Amino acid sequence: MSIVKRNSKLPAAAGALAALTTVPARADWSLLNMPKGVSELSRDIYDMHMIMLWICLAIAVVTFGAMIYAMIRFRKSRGAVADTKLLHNARLEAAWTIVPTIILIAMAIPSVDKLIKIEDMSGSKLTIKVTGYQWYWHYEYLGRGVSFYSRLARSSDLARQRGSGIDPNTVDNYLLEVDKPLVVPTGTKIRLLLTANDVIHAWWVPDFGMKRDAIPGFMNEMWVSVDADKPGTYRGKCAELCGADHGFMPIVVVAMPPAEFEAWLAQQELRQ
Amino acid sequence: MRPDEVTNMAHGNAAAGHGDHHGPPKGVMRWLTTTNHKDIGTMYLVFSLAMFLFGGVMALLIRAELFQPGLQLVDPGFYNQLTTVHALVMVFGAVMPATVGLANWMIPLQIGAADMALPRMNLFSFWLLFFAFVLLISTFFVPGGAPAAGWTLYPPLVLQTGNAFPMAIFAIHLMGASSIMGAINVIVTIVNMRAPGMTLLKMPLFSWSWLITAYLLIAVMPVFAGGVTMLLTDYYFHTSFFNAAGGGDPVLFQHVFWFFGHPEVYIMILPAFGIVSEIIPTFSRKPIFGYEAMVYAIASIAFLSFIVWAHHMFTVGMPLAGQLFFTLSTMLIAVPTGVKVFNWTTTMWRGSLSFEPPMLFALAFLFLFTIGGFSGLMLAIVPADFQYHDTYFVVAHFHYVLVPGAVFGIMAAVYYWLPKWTGHMYDMTIAKWHFWLTAIFVNVLFFPQHFLGLAGMQRRIPDYPTQFTDWNMVSSIGGFGFGLSQLLFVWLIIRCVKGGQRATAGVWDWPHGLEWTVPSPAPYHTFEKSPELH
Repeated sequence: MSIVKRNSKLPAAAGALAALTTVPARADWSLLNMPKGVSELSRDIYDMHMIMLWICLAIAVVTFGAMIYAMIRFRKSRGAVADTKLLHNARLEAAWTIVPTIILIAMAIPSVDKLIKIEDMSGSKLTIKVTGYQWYWHYEYLGRGVSFYSRLARSSDLARQRGSGIDPNTVDNYLLEVDKPLVVPTGTKIRLLLTANDVIHAWWVPDFGMKRDAIPGFMNEMWVSVDADKPGTYRGKCAELCGADHGFMPIVVVAMPPAEFEAWLAQQELRQ
Repeated sequence: MRPDEVTNMAHGNAAAGHGDHHGPPKGVMRWLTTTNHKDIGTMYLVFSLAMFLFGGVMALLIRAELFQPGLQLVDPGFYNQLTTVHALVMVFGAVMPATVGLANWMIPLQIGAADMALPRMNLFSFWLLFFAFVLLISTFFVPGGAPAAGWTLYPPLVLQTGNAFPMAIFAIHLMGASSIMGAINVIVTIVNMRAPGMTLLKMPLFSWSWLITAYLLIAVMPVFAGGVTMLLTDYYFHTSFFNAAGGGDPVLFQHVFWFFGHPEVYIMILPAFGIVSEIIPTFSRKPIFGYEAMVYAIASIAFLSFIVWAHHMFTVGMPLAGQLFFTLSTMLIAVPTGVKVFNWTTTMWRGSLSFEPPMLFALAFLFLFTIGGFSGLMLAIVPADFQYHDTYFVVAHFHYVLVPGAVFGIMAAVYYWLPKWTGHMYDMTIAKWHFWLTAIFVNVLFFPQHFLGLAGMQRRIPDYPTQFTDWNMVSSIGGFGFGLSQLLFVWLIIRCVKGGQRATAGVWDWPHGLEWTVPSPAPYHTFEKSPELH
């Protein structure tokens, strides 16, 4: 299968390292940094983010270092006398115009092939239409006759009412649980068609790396492929302000191995 | 009598009656009828301070609700009203009027003009702004409440607004008209009324930054007015500009809005660039490094601001070429901005630095605005923006460029020119307390929001999953610390207006520019005869 091939392309050592470090690393950093996620796209995006972060930190060390040095070295209280002749330096000024331009273009280049990959919808094995409503989601497995709504779980909905007296900390997955999650197969390229029924929403699961707007009257698309070795439950939410309950329309995706998924889908077909 | 005697007498009378006639009337009539640039500048600044406090109270309500998960204080609908009106008040009511107030006070003093070129229009634009905000704030009391679709007013959501809808649109039209008049006034004044010998490339950088800001305002305010008018006709006259069912497109509004909205952020920050370019040389006791590069950098930023707008909407689904174009054009803005930061740093190099309150705020600006610049660079990279978009990472970014950016610039300006306005030195101890508390709490408030955004907390939500509790608590504590610290600022200003040690004409050790050649407080009329430049 093509999916297996893609995974085998990953250097084995890096894969093993990731497997060893993923759990503890996420425990420590998940509240400070972007998740690496569970798909090729999310890892690409995470890498871009980290490259940018390190470049910015390096530039910060140099510029802030110069500022701090100037603030310490050239204090009047230390007897510094102003050099009022230091007004221009054509070479210096040309250098700090041209060098950053080159750095910036170099920063943008790695994003090109990643973007091309993100926008390439070809080869998808399954298409799911996602429709945003105020304030819940609707999922439809195109050509499979299965569709359902997905709303905020009752436990969260009760706790989130003002004056409910329920401590959110006692609710499992507060605001991140739904009555009926979206189920997808792992290791499969899935195309999502996004639209909305009323106002603009945005479908976002951080572990998949992508978010895209669901716009009434238009069809947007994006693709998702959960790693074959990472079945699990992944949570996200609406990311575009869509009215009063914008914060209360979570997304839950259960990724399961293709065989299990097919069984689940067949069962759903029978029910509908 | 011979005709020439009549002329002479008329002249003599006018000269004799000068003081009475042109002095300010007493009491409230002075402020209602004044066409004096200093009075109008003061009114803008006081209005801006009032709006800053009002917008701040709304921000504190937001931060109080976000202190812990669950809904404790407000309902989700009202929460959205708070975020929307907080943004509109801070952008159009606090930051922009503050820079207009500074322009009114300082541009004539910096270029050696007697007043603004169009004094009656000047007063008119102030009162338009005042009533625009009366209208906007009164929407809290109409059925359906204030607008709640975010300050970006995206349709179709904004079309669900209740009775507040036409009021908000009309308020925006009034603000736009007021801004355009203010901008015309600045341009006409600078182009026509500079003292003889002050060529454009000898003009102080604050005036330069405002000249370019004024052109930006004239270019984009009508676009915004057009956009909100299309919303109005969609709402009342069943046009379908933004309705797909009628052949329109909701995303069209986003293009129109951000074509205005991106230059708008430079409208807020360019005057702060100008202010910092005045203050850093003064307290480094040497002239600005690379003056001409500073002017060209502002002009380049202004030009680039027109071709980057779609970076606010990478997630709407646009062609690959569009995504790449807007990534690259956005990153290019870092080049002229970098030139400015490097030139400010080099201005300090081999200077003789002292750290009075204006310099402290200017330096905090330099550091913290640059942090906002870094997060801006990260946001410009499209694939990464797919994660950052509409999260608290964005909230942290734009608050870093607007609060320790634009607002610190304005506070630096107040500390720099307040002795010139009032004739009194302010209390240095309170000023330094205000600075340190503000500078520390602003970071406690906004820095953790980077973490929240990266960890997955989206914007504009009144309640959040429990794993975000800790950083939200820290941020809220920072918010209250920041808000309460501003009371020191208000107290300091009131005390300085009432009295204090007399300020000299030069005020600072190394004053440079025409505003320091007139006495402190600046007399009601200055430069009735053009100053001599040397």
